[in-house]
Amino acid sequence: MADWILNRRVLPWLVTLGTFLLWEGVVRGFAIKTFILPPPSLIATTLAAQWEPILQHSLQTLMTTLVGLALAVGFGVVLGLAVGASEKVYAGLYPLMVAFNSIPKVALVPILVIWFGIGTVPAILTAFLISFFPIVVNIATGLATVEPELNDLMRSLGANRLTVLRKVGLPRTLPYFFAALKVAVTLAFVGSVISETVAANAGVGYMMMVAGSRFEVPLVFAGLVVVGAMGIVLYQAFEWLERRLTFWASRG
Amino acid sequence: MSEGFIELDQATLRYPRSETPAVVDISLSVPSGGSVALVGPSGCGKSSVLRLIAGLETATGGRVTVGGGAPGAARGAVGVAFQKSTMLDWRTVLDNVLLPLEVVSGPTGFRARWAEYRERALALLARLGLGEYAHRYPWEMSGGMQQRASLCRALIHEPDLLLLDEPFAALDAFTREDLWGLVQSIWRERRPTTVLVTHDLREAVYLADTVYVFSKGPGRIVHRETIDLPRPRTVEGTFEPAFVEYVQRLRGHIVEVRETDADKEPAHG
Repeated sequence: MADWILNRRVLPWLVTLGTFLLWEGVVRGFAIKTFILPPPSLIATTLAAQWEPILQHSLQTLMTTLVGLALAVGFGVVLGLAVGASEKVYAGLYPLMVAFNSIPKVALVPILVIWFGIGTVPAILTAFLISFFPIVVNIATGLATVEPELNDLMRSLGANRLTVLRKVGLPRTLPYFFAALKVAVTLAFVGSVISETVAANAGVGYMMMVAGSRFEVPLVFAGLVVVGAMGIVLYQAFEWLERRLTFWASRG
Repeated sequence: MSEGFIELDQATLRYPRSETPAVVDISLSVPSGGSVALVGPSGCGKSSVLRLIAGLETATGGRVTVGGGAPGAARGAVGVAFQKSTMLDWRTVLDNVLLPLEVVSGPTGFRARWAEYRERALALLARLGLGEYAHRYPWEMSGGMQQRASLCRALIHEPDLLLLDEPFAALDAFTREDLWGLVQSIWRERRPTTVLVTHDLREAVYLADTVYVFSKGPGRIVHRETIDLPRPRTVEGTFEPAFVEYVQRLRGHIVEVRETDADKEPAHG
């Protein structure tokens, strides 16, 4: 029990705090200029001083990320089920999917801007495009690796494919879905921030790009810290959900 | 009508993309309420015969009928238990056992009779010694307990046909013998037509009225033995001379089959 408290409650804070202290020490010790690498203390004061615009940009980024992730979940689950359930769909789609996933998504942003203009839509779409692939792959894997005996059992009872999917396929795939979701949420932030950096007039990416061009490096780092923090919070939220919904997969 | 509940007439099964058929010319007849065992070396196709009877595969030659119709045609007429217990880990033991009723009666029918079904499942679980485990999860139980739950699931919808594919193979000897007794007493009560696939000759003689010995490559029936021993059979009874004689005779056939199979195997460098 003591170990559990140490691992879950103490160590994460301790290591994070230690990292910031080390960072602060290095910057001060080597007298690194703040426009090269600002110390955490300066990033903190920047966050405190400019909290209002930072909050606004962060909410914009959070919104585009979550909408993009929601699209990725919807699309990814449907496609993953199709790929996992049918060898034909798998055989037909997988070269295209792998090829598409190999494309750097930042290269797509200019195209999205041509189609949809600068702003929110390209950010949402980039977050979506970058994060749906792991969901497709994991859902398909979960479904394709259902034990053949379970299918036999259901078929011997006269269950149709939809019933097998509902009673066996979907619940069995849930742990794979959460594993994918935790990867996808961090990727979605990468997508939205990249898009905002290239072509937006709001969001943390846009804020960092503008701050960088003015050599306001502490503000750039403040943006990075905020994105990291939002990533942690969402990741934790999904992990909490995962523990509640798929406790059976970790067997106590 | 001397037609059995299960009739196989020169049934052959060849899996797609396979050169040799899994089983050929399988003819057997099981009367309603009868109990047969299929024994033979690994890979002799006895599980394939079980799949034919369950309607999971369609015979590529010959004829297979169950209850006068196509196998698997009657919804909920079959109960199966495999070597792996195949419990659904996200369901409690009770909900696992209720699964066949859910599938067979459909969502509305199941909801309407839920209380009754639940009582039935709890009674059956208690009968198989799992009363306390109804609300636990399968992964909290031992392998023997899981197999008991698996048997409950095979029996809950009171199927006319009970198919057991080496359900006790992974269990220790004592647990296995306990479960033989349980299966026998439930069979005597409800008389489902039962087909058991097993490696264990004592198990076959204990549970079955008729034992079929299979050879492999491709699988075919080489011997049929009627077990004329009084019921109920007991574990002590398995050491009586009459019982042992059956086991020895079946063993002789299997040894013979293994030797001929060994002759047929091409010599590998």
